[in-house]
Amino acid sequence: MITLAHFIVLGAILFCIAVAGLFINRKNVIVLLMSIELLLLAVNINFVAFSRFGHDVAGQVFVFFILTVAAAESAIGLAILVLLFRNRSTVNVAEIDSMKG
Amino acid sequence: MIDPNFFQLICFYAFGAITVGAAIAVISLRNTVHAVLSLVLTFFSTACIWMLAEAEFLAVALIVVYVGAVMVLFLFVVMMLDIDQVKIREGFVRFLPVGLVVAVVMLVEMLALIGVRAMHAQTLGVNPATVAGQSNTAWLGTALYTHYLLPFEVAALILTVGVVAAVALTLRQRSGSKRQMAAEQVAVDPRARVRLVKMDAVRPPVAEPPAASEEPKA
Repeated sequence: MITLAHFIVLGAILFCIAVAGLFINRKNVIVLLMSIELLLLAVNINFVAFSRFGHDVAGQVFVFFILTVAAAESAIGLAILVLLFRNRSTVNVAEIDSMKG
Repeated sequence: MIDPNFFQLICFYAFGAITVGAAIAVISLRNTVHAVLSLVLTFFSTACIWMLAEAEFLAVALIVVYVGAVMVLFLFVVMMLDIDQVKIREGFVRFLPVGLVVAVVMLVEMLALIGVRAMHAQTLGVNPATVAGQSNTAWLGTALYTHYLLPFEVAALILTVGVVAAVALTLRQRSGSKRQMAAEQVAVDPRARVRLVKMDAVRPPVAEPPAASEEPKA
């Protein structure tokens, strides 16, 4: 029998893998963007599970909005990435330092 | 005859294992194209898990929107950019211990915090949509178009802004390239291009008068 714990643990594992990806791939902005997608996916799994087990439609509505915003975010992120590569010819995070941050 | 609950559990573990394996492949694969394809697999198996949770609309939406649109966008960008694969891998080993430690510590903290034991008591009961006498899509749509109508419209606005921003960011005007100017083409004045001259018909001077008389008059 599937329990709520199964979904939550899966979401937690995915979230931690994505955070590890953010730490490990310091050189590639594309993998960083993909890690952010994984983070959002982990959160979405939790939302769907809570909606199903808590008998509340709000969780699934939230997943819908998160999907929408994530799609817009990745579109703009990739556009910025293309612009960055056109101007600097690199996707290395360490070399993108023109703002001295 | 296999118990349906047990079968569900087996399916969950299978899809969950594929999801986790593909997610690990996303962050560790050397080739970025392979990483994107692993992300597609992650999304697909997650959609299967949502099917197990009977969130059918969101599962299909995840496949259509994410696998069908966003991941294709990722693939386009990855293939368009000429990335040096060797340089990207520098520092992978250096940051690996930090990343692993952070991930493992975070996972342990999360599992301790959420109380897995207590949540084991909550089993997959009846589908709330079925209780309401609707399909999952109707259940979700009813809420979306009544209580959440304003957020729904705002989401549409966000998507529009995203499209405009993406086009505005990547549009570039190169100097020296030849292209059509539609506005100038439409606004052109015919009198500036062709000059009509009114003049009398002139008969060309002919050498032999009988041959010229046979010609029809224009």
